[in-house]
Amino acid sequence: MTLALIGQAALNGFLFGGVYSLMAVGLSLIFGVMRVINIAHGDMMVWGSYLAFVLALRLGLDPFVSFVLCAAAIFCMGVVVQRALVNRVLNAPHEMQILLMLGVALVLENLALVVFGPDTRRTESAYGLATVWLGPIFVDVARLITFGLALALSCALYLFLFRSDLGKLIRAAADNGYGALVIGADVERIYMVAFGIGAACVGAAGALMSALLPFSPATGFAQTVTSFNIVIIGGMGSLLGAFLGGLLVAVAESLGAVLLVPSLKELVGFVLLVLILLFRPQGLFGGKTT
Amino acid sequence: MLLALLVLLALPQFLGSYLLTVFIFIFFYAYLGQAWNLLGGYGGQISLGHAAFVGIGAYTSTYLAMTYQLSPWIGMLIGGAAAACLGAVIGYLGFRFGLRGFYFILLTVAFGEICRLVVSHVDALGGALGLFITFSGDPWQFQFSDNRYYYYVALGLMLISMGIAALIERSRMGAYLAAIREDEDASEALGVNAFGTKLAAIVLSAFLTGVGGTFYANYLFSLQPNTAFGIPLSVEIILRPIVGGSGTLMGPVLGSFILSPLAEVSRTYFARGGLSGVHLIVYGSLLIAVVLFFPRGAYPYLRGVFRRLPRRGAPPPFRHLPPGVARAKPAPERPRDP
Repeated sequence: MTLALIGQAALNGFLFGGVYSLMAVGLSLIFGVMRVINIAHGDMMVWGSYLAFVLALRLGLDPFVSFVLCAAAIFCMGVVVQRALVNRVLNAPHEMQILLMLGVALVLENLALVVFGPDTRRTESAYGLATVWLGPIFVDVARLITFGLALALSCALYLFLFRSDLGKLIRAAADNGYGALVIGADVERIYMVAFGIGAACVGAAGALMSALLPFSPATGFAQTVTSFNIVIIGGMGSLLGAFLGGLLVAVAESLGAVLLVPSLKELVGFVLLVLILLFRPQGLFGGKTT
Repeated sequence: MLLALLVLLALPQFLGSYLLTVFIFIFFYAYLGQAWNLLGGYGGQISLGHAAFVGIGAYTSTYLAMTYQLSPWIGMLIGGAAAACLGAVIGYLGFRFGLRGFYFILLTVAFGEICRLVVSHVDALGGALGLFITFSGDPWQFQFSDNRYYYYVALGLMLISMGIAALIERSRMGAYLAAIREDEDASEALGVNAFGTKLAAIVLSAFLTGVGGTFYANYLFSLQPNTAFGIPLSVEIILRPIVGGSGTLMGPVLGSFILSPLAEVSRTYFARGGLSGVHLIVYGSLLIAVVLFFPRGAYPYLRGVFRRLPRRGAPPPFRHLPPGVARAKPAPERPRDP
């Protein structure tokens, strides 16, 4: 156990964390605006991954390019799910919303199973094996690009929410849906767009992650749980919290894999979650909603 | 009621072994659903980690039986007690720190996953491979050579859980739980000890679920951390009461009679066609349909039809329900009161 190994694990985790952040930002946005818990989040991500995989296979598109298309496709998926289903249970009790999203998650996961089969896949990327050495530790180029893209997308989302009119309306509706209705905002449309953007975030995250980690239809639910972990740790409804939480969880898991048994790395995330829930339930960076 | 019971008691004489299995699963999941219903239905404290209690109960009794030859009939109670202890820990932490709604759900998920991960790394419990029970056919070891005995045990478990739920429904505790579910702050203002009531509910619910774990292990003859502790099992547990009507006595039973055969039939039918995932798509679509069209579950709906209430037919969507009929929309969650 050398210092270089720990440093390497921390760096790998940190660069990987960009994807975690992106998926958590999507979840946080959906929850913040609609107070709906998107249990199908991880399964939307898997669909993003498979789209990237198919695009790479058929058209030879690199996932670092095709993630735009994947995000657009999952945006549409999110809009449809919101319009057809979520919109109708916005005022329903929590357990009903959870049950509905569970149904969506089951359908999406098993649709992927029927269409793509149960095999574990991984998208080929031209940068898959490239590395750059920095003294005793190396930088995985694919992870570096992923991190950069995830950061850029998160910044773009931030600018959209805080600078554009529609973004400001989304934040207004998140803050007070009734109030937004009163000032004449088209809340239904806002909800639709917000859900779509949240889904697009996780679709892009899925496409980017497909080059880093193997995936299969069954990984969806685990990703959903990880997203929840991050969002709670970072603070529900706080986009900055979700972003930093993603980095934190990724580094913690990566270190846990080195310091403990690799298969126990998820445990680190859950223990972190329990501690946060008990001692700082508003999350590390939680405060007001977006 | 009595007639239905007599039919169920006589039924094994006429059923083939496949249908018998279907009925065993109906009863068993109705039992687990009823145990969940005590906390989640009556008390409104949704747990998505009930598989942890099944797993703890199953592993405890199986480990004791394999290592000390202790009969699972006794191990069942010890397993239930172990699950109750975990329930007490989760309940104490969750309720003491004021976690409500979604936060409590996540706490239960996290504990379930922690249990799963820890058990898959304990070699004495078989690690990720799990434990395998060798068949001896000894009733004292909870093993029967005839499926019909499992049928009666499962039926007995379901009836016991219904009895307990009926008692609680009529007791002071049931009224407290309903008050907490509807409005926790208001009920506390009226002097309900919300913390104690919720804690008692989760301990009882965990105990019953843990007892069910022993049946689970000895019916399937094997235990894997991923199935016994996994979220899919928690989902199976939570579905039945919600589909049937959570917070009602007959809800879990009715839900199990609807869902278990459906799952079984679509599984067999589609798996034969080589499409392994299709049955879960059907399952998921059904869930969506239930939420959209029968939001309060099948039992209250059927009861409404039979009593010829003015609101016959499909219940109106949520937003148009008059106040008092539907649960009021929960206030935005605050994790902890300042």
